Amino acid sequence: MLTVRALSVHRGGRALLDGVGFTARCGAVTGLIGPNGVGKSTLLRAVAGLPPQDATVRGGSLLFDGRPLPTMARERARLVGFLPQGHAVHWPLTVRRTVELGRLPHLGPLGRLRPEDHTAVERVMAATGIDGLSQRPVTGLSGGERARVMLARVLAGEAPLLLADEPAASLDPGHQLRLMEVLRAEAVERDRAVLVVLHDLSLAARCCDHLVLLKPGGGCAAGPTPAVLDPALLREAYGIPFAVTEAAGVPLVIPTLPPKSDRGVSRHAC
Amino acid sequence: MRFSFPLPLALGLLLLAAALAGLSVGSVAFGPGELLSALAGGGDPRIAAILIEIRLPRVLLGIEVGAALGLSGAALQGLLRNPLAEPGLLGVSSCAGRGAVVAFYFGLAALSPLALPGMALAGALAATGILLAVAARAGPQDGGSLTLILSGIALSSLSVALTSLALNLAPNPYAVTEMLLWLMGSLKDRTPGDALLALPFILAGGGMLLAAGRGLDALSLGEDTARSLGVDLLRLRLLVVGGTAAAVGAAVSVSGSIGFVGLVVPHLLRPLVGHEPGRLLLPSALGGAVLVTLADLAIRLIPTPQEVMLGVVTALIGAPFFLTLILRLNREVP
Repeated sequence: MLTVRALSVHRGGRALLDGVGFTARCGAVTGLIGPNGVGKSTLLRAVAGLPPQDATVRGGSLLFDGRPLPTMARERARLVGFLPQGHAVHWPLTVRRTVELGRLPHLGPLGRLRPEDHTAVERVMAATGIDGLSQRPVTGLSGGERARVMLARVLAGEAPLLLADEPAASLDPGHQLRLMEVLRAEAVERDRAVLVVLHDLSLAARCCDHLVLLKPGGGCAAGPTPAVLDPALLREAYGIPFAVTEAAGVPLVIPTLPPKSDRGVSRHAC
Repeated sequence: MRFSFPLPLALGLLLLAAALAGLSVGSVAFGPGELLSALAGGGDPRIAAILIEIRLPRVLLGIEVGAALGLSGAALQGLLRNPLAEPGLLGVSSCAGRGAVVAFYFGLAALSPLALPGMALAGALAATGILLAVAARAGPQDGGSLTLILSGIALSSLSVALTSLALNLAPNPYAVTEMLLWLMGSLKDRTPGDALLALPFILAGGGMLLAAGRGLDALSLGEDTARSLGVDLLRLRLLVVGGTAAAVGAAVSVSGSIGFVGLVVPHLLRPLVGHEPGRLLLPSALGGAVLVTLADLAIRLIPTPQEVMLGVVTALIGAPFFLTLILRLNREVP
């Protein structure tokens, strides 16, 4: 279980995060939501041990299963897997080799892959459905394929704590759901703690067991998904009204804008 | 995985063949029998003298210089994640060149055979110190690469200006010719002392660069991912910059500046190692050594009234290649 206690991150006298505290349980997917610029990525990077440039962690503590997260980069890398935004790849590496890079924190000084490394790589490639792409150059893949390769790369590290920064961004609905399903399976079947930043609140409602809603001005609301997806709480954080409903047995969170009746615009803006 | 073992082996054999050819070809050609007996310490003492005093240093230097250039080119391209990076980019070569020109200018070169490479090495080390300070101060994020490149450009410009100043104020036309010819790069008339002077620096630099392989692999996924995989980016940057400076600085100090080897060799070999920056390092060192040895061999075989300078030959081959590389990159990037 990841425990974040009163975490504050400052840059140049300005607070990027102020007194944030929550827990992310093993065997569950925890969604991190909140408006743009509220510090979701900063929080994830602070947990991963990569605070943004010039930013300092001013206070608070980060514990995993009751122990502080290690400060040594390599030890931290074995405990925390981090999937950043953007999915950058600078050379046309093969899909297989890209996934193998996720094993780096476990390798000896010569960097040779052992049988257990190959087993882990093959398992996550099958889990993400990219085993058929093994020898393809990763630069030639579609956005959805590349997102799955990068997910496999972070899963290959088999870290007990997984952090993913907007993994579903710019994916089609099918890819989004499948990607969240892989994360959920990883959490449930292998008892990992998964913390994932999401912008799509309906996707968060559907795929996360717990939510952490970061509020502008500091602080957060954390708890089981239905409790956090409260229209009043959402309005406070995002500054617009929300309708929380259900269709075809699936929860839906619908953002709305106040009517602009004076201009004769439709009540359902956009 | 296909080429992981055979490629370095194949390049190693190629290098051996090129080196043997380099030993036997010249104004006096030797057969394999004469070569063997001379190297074993027997045979005609005149042949042994030519081999050990003239050809062997030349061939050894070619291998040292080529390996230093190829290896540091591959490592720098990996660090900056740019196929157009090359060892000269950091400004170490031009600083070494400036050191050498200063040695000519003050007539130090005539005092001792080691004064010239020693001065060049001092120039390279000064540049290395500045670059390491820059690399250590640059932030852990992407700005670091840009800072390094810009510092390299500043160092090069300064050295080129100082070199031009020395040429400008040169005491006589003979000194100017001497400086210019040295700057073009050559392996002609080098002594065993030159080969021994450069060797420790090239070995140390090469070791640092080879140790950077794993970090460079991780860096293919971007700096954030590399750091999250436990790679210390500062250490990686210091390894690559320090290793390049030591190896290339020492190479330029004994051979003058030999362009394009560090650019072309990694680029040619990259597809053969699955584009992996770490696995590219050793083959690039071997490939660089092969290329320089062969280029030097070609110079000795082509009948010209005056020996063509090695740097001229590599640039003649390299520049058109560089141009096609740029054109092809432009086409690939949408």
